[in-house]
Amino acid sequence: MDLIIVLQAGVATGTVLLFATIGEILAERSGVMNLGVEGMMLIGAMSAFSTTIATGNPWLGVLVAMLFAGLISQIHAFITITLQADQVVSGLALTFLSTGISLVLGEGLSKAGTVSLMPVFSIPVLSQIPILGPIFFTRHSILVYFGYILVPLSWYYINRTRPGMHLRAVGEYPAAADALGINVFRMRYLYVFVGGVMAGLAGATISLAVSPGWFSELTTAGQGWIAVGLVIFAQWDPVRAAVGSYAFGALRRLILDIQGPTMLFGFANPFYYNPYWGFFLQMLPYAFTVIVLVIGSREAMRKRIGAPAALGVPYIRGERGL
Amino acid sequence: MAQPNLPNNPDPSPAQPPFVVEMRGIVKRFPGVLANDHVDFELRPGEIHALLGENGAGKSTLMNVLAGLYRQDSGVIKINGVPVTFSSPRDAINAGIGMIHQHFMLVPSQTVTENILLGLDNPRFILNLSRYDSKIAELGKQFGLEVDPRAKIWQLSVGEQQRVEILKMLYRGANVLIMDEPTAVLAPQEIEGLFSILRSMTAQGKSIIFISHKLNEITAIADRVTVLRRGKVTAAGQPARGLTRQQLANLMVGRDVIFNLEKKPVQRGEVVLDIQDVHADNDKGLPALRGVSINVCAGEIVGLAGVAGNGQRELSQVITGLRKCKQGRIYLNGETVSNRSVIFGIQRGMAYIPEDRTHVGTAPNLSVTDNVIMRKYRQSPISQYGLLNMPLAVKYANELKQAYDIIVPHVSTPVRLLSGGNLQRVILAREISGQPQFMVAVQPTRGLDVGAIEGVHRLLLAQREAGAAILLISEELEELLSLSDRIYVIYEGKIMGEVKIEPGEPDPGLIETIGLMMTGTPLEQIEQQGVRVHG
Ligand SMILES: Nc1ncnc2c1ncn2[C@@H]1O[C@H](COP(=O)(O)OP(=O)(O)OP(=O)(O)O)[C@@H](O)[C@H]1O
Ligand SMILES: [Mg+2]
Repeated sequence: MDLIIVLQAGVATGTVLLFATIGEILAERSGVMNLGVEGMMLIGAMSAFSTTIATGNPWLGVLVAMLFAGLISQIHAFITITLQADQVVSGLALTFLSTGISLVLGEGLSKAGTVSLMPVFSIPVLSQIPILGPIFFTRHSILVYFGYILVPLSWYYINRTRPGMHLRAVGEYPAAADALGINVFRMRYLYVFVGGVMAGLAGATISLAVSPGWFSELTTAGQGWIAVGLVIFAQWDPVRAAVGSYAFGALRRLILDIQGPTMLFGFANPFYYNPYWGFFLQMLPYAFTVIVLVIGSREAMRKRIGAPAALGVPYIRGERGL
Repeated sequence: MAQPNLPNNPDPSPAQPPFVVEMRGIVKRFPGVLANDHVDFELRPGEIHALLGENGAGKSTLMNVLAGLYRQDSGVIKINGVPVTFSSPRDAINAGIGMIHQHFMLVPSQTVTENILLGLDNPRFILNLSRYDSKIAELGKQFGLEVDPRAKIWQLSVGEQQRVEILKMLYRGANVLIMDEPTAVLAPQEIEGLFSILRSMTAQGKSIIFISHKLNEITAIADRVTVLRRGKVTAAGQPARGLTRQQLANLMVGRDVIFNLEKKPVQRGEVVLDIQDVHADNDKGLPALRGVSINVCAGEIVGLAGVAGNGQRELSQVITGLRKCKQGRIYLNGETVSNRSVIFGIQRGMAYIPEDRTHVGTAPNLSVTDNVIMRKYRQSPISQYGLLNMPLAVKYANELKQAYDIIVPHVSTPVRLLSGGNLQRVILAREISGQPQFMVAVQPTRGLDVGAIEGVHRLLLAQREAGAAILLISEELEELLSLSDRIYVIYEGKIMGEVKIEPGEPDPGLIETIGLMMTGTPLEQIEQQGVRVHG
């Protein structure tokens, strides 16, 4: 078990979480929580894979994945923004709906064989850096490199641009934004769409880069939920989200790879001989998600960790007593 | 209608129309309410025009129409003589009309500059905040609105936040500024500051519409007054100079208002509430109360004076059981009530008039009936075998509606639709009908009109005569002086001293002493320095 290789694979796995988490951060910053991430990722993974099979063009697959997931996110947008229904309920429903759609449309895809994947390459100079080079800049999918650019870009967008400032205002105090002529409803639709697009991209990253193929709901295996937890862990900040995503990606790989060798540090590997220990390890990321979600749903805690003040609250114009 | 020109109003030049804003025959209906009934309103350049009226008279509605938030059902608005239609606040701002709402429309986590730039087209994409910081600082200087452009809103005092709101409108080129009860949230010294800002703005040609319930403010600052009653104009643009408080009150409520209610001599009984050396933290976990010891006896009203944010809110919460007490004890009739449940206090005759009427005092979406039975729903006869007897509850609510003059079409109306004065009556009805032994009232008249204030004061005095012990927490010194038998002054969580209030006009020395304590000088020190002392 070579640690460098584990970490290299971890960065690729983490990219999936990164896309989904940043997308959800953008949606939540506008005040809409979308618990449908897992489902939208499945839609993305399925449509990316099947488009690529049909056309042989993985780029087209990624594009279709992003559009399809973005489209399905608009159901959630309509229910929570226009109909002002509960975001948690609608998000859960969206997960069930999109899981169902992707399982039906993806039927038979798992036997489809191999497809052409997104291009993989090393970055010329950077890959020569000791330790970091082989982990971050060697034999990665182009999507992984895109992830590196996305982190500073989204941070800059949120904190240093005019539309980013409007996004923050809409999530913190929509009435104030509305009073100054910012269209709260349009902004929220837009960012829910962006969140969907990013979840679709995350799904495509799985099926066309990180672990190619379609394995029905095991394709995502709950990574959408981990992303929802990571948003809270990251305190709605893209840079922290990157740290969390890559750390979790590496942890996922480590947990898988640690069960391989018979010997570990000169001892018999307990995770190899006793599969239950392995299951226990595999559970940990999800246990983390549950804990973070419980903490994040506490009102007092939310204030302290800087949740957008209007997160989860439908905006109703000019209503008394708000 | 012809109005005499006021001396401090520059004569409008012939090219300029006489009015910056002209509203004619404005009608605005809400389901079941005619909020504005053919209202005419005129604003001249460079004047401060006060808009007065009872709670629910339609002042905010009229101004929301002018600011583009509501669309009038009929009527015309002219700006500088040109008819306009606004379909959004943005249209109104573009026409030079800016409204400052009672609840500040500021994003707490953003800086002053960010809040001011919100919604504007410039900068287009990249926020170069430092460039705008200096622009905003300059604009602030021009009008005497000093505030650090880089500060986050949550770090600012209420007065400073209000300045940001004004700056926001000035930055957008507002020519007319609408201020809906701007002084309701300010401490007395901040009000003086606001007034000098308003004067500097009118001196530079801006016009201001000023809504307030405080009549002395209106006589101090306004050039002209328009009064609304039940959606209709009862006085149109009368010169404010020369109008007395009594005349204004009369125009508002259509009857004489008694400002200083008669108070019977105090019949002080046993100590009911005894607070001993109480310490408590605020929401941020910082000490808010540092060793408060006060007591309240049966049959008296004890005032707690102090500038907002010196621990008053926390003290009321510790007493009612809404906040943990870290050290010290609170006794109600000898029994410990601190760090007990809220119901424990309620069952022992404690009543609470909270500062936040809409969320702590009532459940906004529930009906009047549900709100008035909230203290009683566990007890027979409202509760029978664990079930609510709703017909009885409705009957009870109707009785209270009668007895306390709650103006509402039906007791099944959600209370969020009630005006401030009516909402306060719902709370008072609920709390007083339990015949409390002790009552803590926090800012019970904030935002209420003169008639409603008189009503609340009457109810409090009636409770005092019935032998209840009342702790009155207020920032209105005048209110405290007219109602209280004793006054404690709180500063940074400590009691600075206690004074007795004798019946009759309060003497200026006493007011000065209280003022000094409110700014942090303990009573002993004032005594030592030889200032005249009472109590
Ligand atoms: N959005 C709304 N929906 C329904 N009714 C409303 C609404 N806004 C105001 N009203 C009603 O219209 C009337 C006028 O209300 P408005 O807020 O204009 O009074 P106000 O003069 O500003 O009173 P206050 O001094 O208490 O602020 C009241 O009866 C109120 O209940
Ligand atoms: Mg109002």
